[in-house]
Amino acid sequence: MKRLLPALLWLAGSCGPGLALERYTIVGDAIPAPLGGLAGNAARGEAVVRDRERGNCLICHQGADASEPFQGTIGPSLAGVGARLSPGQIRLRMVDGAVLNPDTVMPPYFRVEGLRDVAPAYRGKPALSAQEIEDVVAYLATLERP
Amino acid sequence: MLRLAVLLLLAAAPASAEIVSGSSFLSPEMRRQQEDETRNPGFFWVEQGQELFSRRPEAGGEACIGCHAAPQRSLRGAAATYPKLVSERLMNLEGRIEQCRVERQKQPAFGYESPELLALTAYIASLSRGLPMDVAIDGPARPFYEAGRAFFERRQGQLNLSCRHCHDGLVGQKLRGDTISRGASTGYPAYRLEWNSVGSLHRRLRACSLGVRATQFEAGGPEYLALELYLAGRARGLPVETPAMRR
Ligand code: HEC
Ligand code: HEC
Repeated sequence: MKRLLPALLWLAGSCGPGLALERYTIVGDAIPAPLGGLAGNAARGEAVVRDRERGNCLICHQGADASEPFQGTIGPSLAGVGARLSPGQIRLRMVDGAVLNPDTVMPPYFRVEGLRDVAPAYRGKPALSAQEIEDVVAYLATLERP
Repeated sequence: MLRLAVLLLLAAAPASAEIVSGSSFLSPEMRRQQEDETRNPGFFWVEQGQELFSRRPEAGGEACIGCHAAPQRSLRGAAATYPKLVSERLMNLEGRIEQCRVERQKQPAFGYESPELLALTAYIASLSRGLPMDVAIDGPARPFYEAGRAFFERRQGQLNLSCRHCHDGLVGQKLRGDTISRGASTGYPAYRLEWNSVGSLHRRLRACSLGVRATQFEAGGPEYLALELYLAGRARGLPVETPAMRR
């Protein structure tokens, strides 16, 4: 059952010198190793998830704090995601969920190639940096209670 | 009697029976406000448009009403047929008004999203309130319609979503405080609380493009005109509701 998905993704081509995205390896349905070997910080990750510009995850997802007004109903609830998925599985779903589900509505937060008509301000950059991805992974891993 | 009612319903049914107006997703209170001409702020723009329609340009020349007498009758239904091809150019109602302004009134164009053009567009569209959307999508209009459909269906922007993902796939779901509708164009120009003003359909489209971090195309430009034709074709048979109210 464990598929070995494209083992190594080279993302450097489309984003110019100095801006090459950290490479990663997909194993099964996960990216087991932290991007760029970076350590995540859960508190910063929580801020990214709530931030209406950076992560803006609650536009689509229910978060862990039920008192937050106007949360989205589009993706699965993030409460309990740390019990459902390993950090590596969360990482792949954030980096590029289309690897697992080509029709996915979940945006790719760490991908720059194969996108069309990206607004100039965002062109050639991933939606979140490697550090921000690691911060969010660290935060989501703590959300063990549904 | 029942048979007649069913026939009438069928005749009024939109081309794709599932497409419903954005008004169906309004709160009951906002719906009542929309329907009440004294409480729907959009009618302020309609009144201004009506006034502009009869006003002669300061530099001299005809008022709109000089060519279009009795607009309640002569222009009733006109808005429901736009966008349409006019000498091989795809034109929406705004474009048509600007064409009259420049070529027939010999005045400088108002400009997209200017208060004057919004008021005139809202006024003329309001003359078709309740009539079914009725755009031509075949013959020479077909390639434009297909271009609009392709735009609607392709993923775009840094968030890599298509219009269809939201407006077919996620209808009724909550995106933060908004309830996603079918993306029908039937209420525009519309009064949006977020704008605190009446705005054009293309302004709304620019907001959706920004939402997925995609290129915002020029209001009145070819990309959104083709998209407008596709949206109007999708909404065929739904009543014109301008000026609608939206969150
Ligand atoms: C436009 C809507 C949208 C946005 C914005 C969004 N997501 Fe998602 N997310 C989804 C959907 C839909 C799924 C389900 C994916 C699938 O089944 O293909 C999903 C799946 C996930 C999953 C896997 C959950 C599980 O239980 O399988 C995680 C983790 C996740 N999202 C985290 C995030 C984070 C963190 C952010 C913000 C940085 C975010 N999402 C932003 C729509 C969204
Ligand atoms: C991530 C979700 C999302 C995407 C993608 C999206 N929209 Fe929207 N759209 C919305 C939301 C939310 C609203 C406001 C609520 C409503 O009326 O649907 C809206 C409103 C609209 C409206 C106004 C409907 C009304 O009755 O007022 C139109 C028209 C529309 N969108 C068309 C489009 C088109 C065309 C595209 C692609 C270029 C697009 N949308 C992409 C979420 C989206």
